[in-house]
Formats: sequence, C-alpha cells, structure tokens
Amino acid sequence: MSAKKNITLNINGVDHHVQVEPRRTLVDAIRDECGQTGTHIGCEHGVCGACTIMLDGKPVRSCLMFAVQADGARLRTVEGLADGDRLHPLQQSFIDHHGLQCGFCTPGFLMLTAGVLEQEPDISDEGLIDALSSNLCRCTGYQNIIKAVLAAAADMRAAR
Amino acid sequence: MAFIGRSVPRLEDRPLVTGKGRFAADVSFPHQLHMRVVRSPQAHGRILAIGTSAALGLPGVVAVWTAGDVSDIPPIDFRMTKIEGLEPYRQHILATDHVRYVGEPVAVVFAEDPYIAEDAADLVEVGIEELPVITAADGPVGIFAGTASTEPAQVRKGYGDVEAAFKSATHVVELDLSTGRHSAVPMETRGALGRYDASKDVLEMYGAAKVPHWNRDQVARMLKRSPSQVHFYEGHVGGGFGVRGELYPEDVLVCAAALRLGRPVKWIEDRREHLIAANHSRQQRHKIRAAIDATGKIIGIENEFFHDQGAYVRTHAATVPDLSAAMVLGPYHVPHYRTLGHIRLTNKTPCGTYRAPGRFETTFVRERLMDAIAARVGITPVEARRRNLIGKDEMPFERPIDALGTHVVYDSGDYAGLLDKSLRKVGWDELQMSIEARRAAGELVGAGIGMFVEKSGLGPYDGVKIAVDVGGKVEVITGAASVGQGVETVIAQICADTLGVDYTAVRVVHGQTDRIDNGMGAFASRVTAMTGEATRIAALKVKAKALDMAADLMQAAAADLEIVDGRVTAASGAKASIALGDVARHLLPVSRTRGEREPGLSAEGWFFSDHMNYPYGVHVAVVRIDAETGDVAIEKYLVAYDVGRAINPMLVEGQIVGGFAQGLGGAMFEELSYDERGEPLSVTFADYLIPTAHEVPSIDVLVTEDAPSPLNHLGVKGAGEGGTNAVGAAIAAAIDDALGLPGAVTQLPITPDRVKQMVVRRADFAASGIVQKPLS
Repeated sequence: MSAKKNITLNINGVDHHVQVEPRRTLVDAIRDECGQTGTHIGCEHGVCGACTIMLDGKPVRSCLMFAVQADGARLRTVEGLADGDRLHPLQQSFIDHHGLQCGFCTPGFLMLTAGVLEQEPDISDEGLIDALSSNLCRCTGYQNIIKAVLAAAADMRAAR
Repeated sequence: MAFIGRSVPRLEDRPLVTGKGRFAADVSFPHQLHMRVVRSPQAHGRILAIGTSAALGLPGVVAVWTAGDVSDIPPIDFRMTKIEGLEPYRQHILATDHVRYVGEPVAVVFAEDPYIAEDAADLVEVGIEELPVITAADGPVGIFAGTASTEPAQVRKGYGDVEAAFKSATHVVELDLSTGRHSAVPMETRGALGRYDASKDVLEMYGAAKVPHWNRDQVARMLKRSPSQVHFYEGHVGGGFGVRGELYPEDVLVCAAALRLGRPVKWIEDRREHLIAANHSRQQRHKIRAAIDATGKIIGIENEFFHDQGAYVRTHAATVPDLSAAMVLGPYHVPHYRTLGHIRLTNKTPCGTYRAPGRFETTFVRERLMDAIAARVGITPVEARRRNLIGKDEMPFERPIDALGTHVVYDSGDYAGLLDKSLRKVGWDELQMSIEARRAAGELVGAGIGMFVEKSGLGPYDGVKIAVDVGGKVEVITGAASVGQGVETVIAQICADTLGVDYTAVRVVHGQTDRIDNGMGAFASRVTAMTGEATRIAALKVKAKALDMAADLMQAAAADLEIVDGRVTAASGAKASIALGDVARHLLPVSRTRGEREPGLSAEGWFFSDHMNYPYGVHVAVVRIDAETGDVAIEKYLVAYDVGRAINPMLVEGQIVGGFAQGLGGAMFEELSYDERGEPLSVTFADYLIPTAHEVPSIDVLVTEDAPSPLNHLGVKGAGEGGTNAVGAAIAAAIDDALGLPGAVTQLPITPDRVKQMVVRRADFAASGIVQKPLS
C-alpha cells in the first residue's frame, strides 16, 4: 500500500475527481470509484477483453493499466456509446443480429469494434474479424457478433 | 399476431448493450466488507497450523476465519442424483484437517477493501504436511479419509443377457477412450454478496444463479434459519452452462459472514480462482465393448468407465456418471446392455456438470464405437448407423433404465429422417467424391458424423404467476433462472400468444425468491418445456378471467370474445373493445363491477412432468489436416437438431452455434491439466485456451420440428445442449477419415501435438506396407 493520489478521470465527457492508490487498476477505478459498472472484468490479465474501453480514441484493456496512468486522459466506456436514447449503430446491430446472449462480454466487444472503426473506418472485413479475435465470448460462438459488426460497419460507411 | 415460432428480438438486450446490466460484481452496498479466500497450495495434505495474526494485524482487516470458526456449519449437500455412500465425501465450506486439491478454501479474510483483503490473504500462513497425491481416476483405489476409499460408489445400469449376447456375437469390437478435463468457464467469474437486513430479519444473497430456490433452502438449513427468512436475488448472469449457480463454499461463507459480522460481505472470484475452484467436468475413461453380428448390428454393449470426480462430491452427486451410464446408447437398438461406472475421487478440483453432461463424453465414446463397427464389418459409417437406428414407428421407445431418477422413454423422434436431411444438406455423396479426389492429390481431408439423443425438460414441476396491472402490462413471475439464454423473451412469447398481448408488454421476473415461493431454476434444458408450459397454463387462466369480466362489461358471452393485442374484442368483429388494463381495473378489490369474482387479473399455473423428453441431432464435420503442424482446419460443419418446436428460431440457432463453440473447445483446445503433484497447469487464459473468433468456423445449422414432444402442449424440447453434444465425436471421426486410420483418435481434446503424433503413426503404417483403407 502507498499513499493515495488525486487524479481526474474524464469518462464520457464527465470529470471524476477521485483518490486512488497507485496500484489500483483503471477498471477498478472506473467501476468502483466512478460507478460506471458497464465495463466488466473477466480475467484481469488482458486476454478476454471484457474490460475494453477507449482511451484517447484507442481501444485498451482497462485491467492492464493503473488508474493513475489515465489521469487527464479522455476515456470512453459503453455507457457513452449511445447518443441519448439513440443507440450506436453497433449496439443496434448487436441486438438485430442476436450478437449477445449473457451480455457480459458485450461492452468489451462494442468498445473494441467502435474503437477500431473510429481509427480505421475503411478496415477490411478480414481486418475486423481479426480484431474481434482479441476478445473472448463464451455464449455466441462469435458468428452473430461477426455478422453484427460487419453489418454495422457497412451501415456506418454508407452513412458517411 | 403470433409470436411463437418467430425470431423476434430479445427483450433482454437493451440494458446489456448500454452498460446498464446488473451482474454480481455490479451490486454494492454501503459499508460492505470484501472477502478473499485463502486457498490450499497443496493437492493433498494434513493441515498443521494456520497462522492468521499477521493478516489480522493489517489495517483494514476485520476478521479472518478458518474451519474452527465455521465448524457448526454442515457440508454442502447434494442437489441431484443422490446415491448411497457419497455423504462422507461432501465438501465443507472451509477445509477441516485435510486439504485435497490445490485451490481448496482453507481460510477467508474480511477487509474494508478488496486490495487489502488480498494483501491479508497473502499473509495467512498455511502449514501443510504433504500426503501422497492421486491424480488418475483409473488407477488403483486409494484412501480418501480413515476407512473411506477413493471409490465411494459405483453406478450400475443394464438389462438383458450380456453374456449370451457376447457368446452369440460374430465380432466383438473393443475400445478404450478418454475425454479430457475441461469446464464451462463463463466470461463472468462467480460472485456473491451477502447482506443481513436486521430491520426485517432477512438474510439476502445477491449473485444467485441457476437454482436460486434450492440454494436459498440450503443456506437457510445450513445457517439454521427458516427459508422465508432468506432471500436470494439473481441479477444478470454472465453465462451458466451448468457450472455457475451451484451452491459453492463461497456462497455460504458470504451469507454466514453477513450474519455474524453485521455488514454486507462481497466476494468476487478472480480468473485464476475460477479455473481451480469452480466445478470442473468431463474427465472420464471408457472401456467399451460391442457384440455385433456379421452385418454390423449391435447385439449387446458392455461398458466400464472411470469418472474423475475430483476431490469432493459436490451438489451434483452422481449426476454426470448417472447420465453417462444412461445416455451412452444414444439413438441405437441395443438389445443387451450392462455398464459399470466407477466414481473416483482424485486430488483435483471437484467436478459437476457442464453443458451436455455425460453426453458430450459418451457420444464421443458411442460414435467412436459405431465407426469401429463400420470398419470391422467393412461398411460405411453411415450404413453402420442406419442398420442400428431406432425407427420412427417404434416411438415412444422405452429403454429399461433410469436417467436422473426418471424412466428413459424416448418420447418422439425420426432419427433416420434427420440423418437423411443432414446428409442431403451437406451434399454427402458429392462431398465423398471431392474428398477422394483431394486425397488422391495428397491432401489429408476427411468427413465424419456423430449422432445423438439429448434429454431435456426435466421435471418434476414448474409454477408461474401471471398478473396484468391496470396499465395493461403483464408480469410473469417464475422460479426459473436466466443465465443469459433468453428466458425472458421466450417466456414472454409464450405468454403473449396465449393471452393475446404483444410480447413486449410482458415482463418476466425470474430468480427472485421473495417473489415466488417455489422454483426449479434453469438446468437440464428444462425451462422452455417446463416453465413455458406452466406459463401457458397460467396465461389461459388469466385469459378466462379477463373474458369473464369483460363479458359482463361488454354485455356479451365470454365465448364470443377474444383478446387481440391487449384488448378484449368481439370475435364477430364488432368495434367495441376494452383494454386489458381496464379489465384489471374492474377486478381491483375495491371495484364494484367485480361482483363475486376473486380480485386481481392474475393466476398461477402449474405443470408437472415425470418424464424427460428427448431431442436428437446429427453433427457432420469436414476437416483438413496440416501434416507439418498437426493443425486441424474445419472446412465444413453442420449441426442438425430436432427441437420439437422452436419458440424463437433465432435463439435456438444462437444456442446451437454457441454450444458448438464450447464443444469445439472441449474437442480441440481446452484441457485442465495437472502435473504429477496435483499442481494445476491451466490457471490463466494463456494456458486454458478458449476458442476465439479465429478458431470457431462459420457453421451450418438445420433446426427441424419433425418430432414435437407429446409431453407438453407446445411440443417443445430443449435446445441448449445439442450444439455441444457431438462435436468431439464428429471431429474425431473426420480426423480418422482424413488420416485414413480408423480408430486413431482415442482421446479428447485432439490437440495439434496429438494430431502430429497420429500423422507420424500414419507415415509409419505407410512405411510398413500395411494398407489403410480410407473409410467413406
């Protein structure tokens, strides 16, 4: 244990001024200090991707970072994906294509693909599926996740 | 508008895609404590001493418990399939005197913060005198404790005259086959939060899943409370698959601690803990023999198997070996049968069920046997199956054995019909020709099939309460549970069609023991059949009540009225109508129009069933082997599954594809292995390999409704386990075929190194001049 540090986590445009130990992981701070429990913890060693969020526009594993490392950064979590009541195309597409069952891995998949598509809007289908293979899902067998993501990516491109 | 049979979007999804889900770890209460479990680092040993003073000295630590602190709490009892002799092997919530697997809880720390709890757990000193370790279930019988051996019980089933069958046989086919230890490993780890509300004298547990009512009753019994003083609450559950939601030591510990420490106590499992502490499954070895005639027809089967139960017998008791013994015969005629299953204790994590328990294992065994029979008499695997299938005209087909305490009666099925449909769907004949051509060109490519009978709709009962409120919203309260499979949507669809409302007007409440007194939960693919039927019965009662009230209001005969989209209307098409919410208002206790009717537009529905029903399926796999690396590429895969009636085809397909991915993991990637000292070697996602989007191929799914179950009005059979059931069997057969080595695969998972060994064996065969005739 060591002394707590004052940091500011900007999550979905809202500043959260929190005190955390330097060893506290970012995902724990997001969930416990900031109350944003949509980001999930599945393995705490960076494999499953349930904790994926966007940090300054890039998808990252929030279990592999300390909260103090995100001080001042712009974080985006699943709670910030929809525009008010209007779902993000990926969220709608996951519903339309039955891309989720238990829904535990879903926020991670949504933030991963949202991040990839923001960084690389014209990514190939193969590139997207390759990106999807970095997260784990135990319910769907991935086929409907792939369908959902490819359909949403096509819609997002068409809407540009 | 009919909702049954339509792929309507799920009611569950919106909160889950917006981060508004409420999983176990998302629940918190002010002033809560955090529990951390100190786990045994040894696979077997005598506990000499547990030093807690250093941990207790850490600021923020409130208490540390060892077995002595909970000695008044009995071990966790059996939920299912109790058989004599297993009681001494139950697990206590903290290890007493001995530890028997790496990961066994020996102490618990309670602290103000989860990080502090983890620090303190590291400071607990556990002194253990090491004892000899047993890791194999098929070796000599050892000592569990005192005079208790490591083989507490045997499962025996059979009928007919097996000796005579083998005497009359033209051939005897014998195999020795093993399935690897793996498990469900849901993406959400386990979690539990106990809270004692002294103002109401109620103990609450959040994080319940699967069987909340049974667990409530057990916690009440173990902590000497009345069931009505204990409430279990199921929130969102991040995958169940048999493993999540059984009653585990940690669930009892948070409840006991909440009572004794007077503060809410939260426990969230980490992934390493999950891989060594939650139920494992599947590890069995079968020595099976078939007596067959000259044409490949089975005369009799004898099987001896060893079931690796791990270190203790948990809630499932003999469930998995019982199902293994009962379901191994599958869709075939077997005139004489005898099995002996050894339930064996080992110094490894205790085992329970995992999706298609006892069937994933025995379908692998049986379908390997069918392929071996085909090879022996020189017929194709398809023909060997055809000659032995139970016919459609023989339904219902009775096997003189029990499964889970119910008499096995295949309720309906057209096994040959589904085989035909499957072969047509994959273009089997053309496939054989193209495989032959590619083999001639030097490729290692092959096809295999696996057939099976599943079981579902386990009783004995389900009860549902339905109420329509004055706003016209319908609430269905069930004692079923949701582990993410789509219970809310499917039950809403059944209620909506029966009652005459839109399915989005139906809210399904599940897993809340304070809302309904009884419930069976969600396991054994039972919910759509059992809860669905109870829902239909309750909805019919509500409908009758609504029509009776509306008949008065509309001055019409109830028989001339119907409910359409939430409004009672005249069947004749007359314009006048009344909303269900208004009917509910007229049935309020204070309503003068109610007359002598019972208040409330509500009813209970009960459904009882003594028998399970039996869905069935066919898997077809086509694989290509890379001779250099041992990598197996799945080029084509079909799952054909008859579910009697699909309430929501999209969800049925989702179950099948997801189930397939899990079966694929067990067939090719996932193994919970141990070294000779009982040290678990698969403790992270870096060494326990769950298939990713790269490994799971796109598969074809054929859902059929050829054989509705006669055991429930809708004809429903369970859809949850057929995608998993035959994956090991079909892939093993395809690999054999690709190698041209019938019977090469004897063990799951078929990892690349094992494939590589078979490729080498194949080369040796070729060098020796023995011609292996490829099967087709």
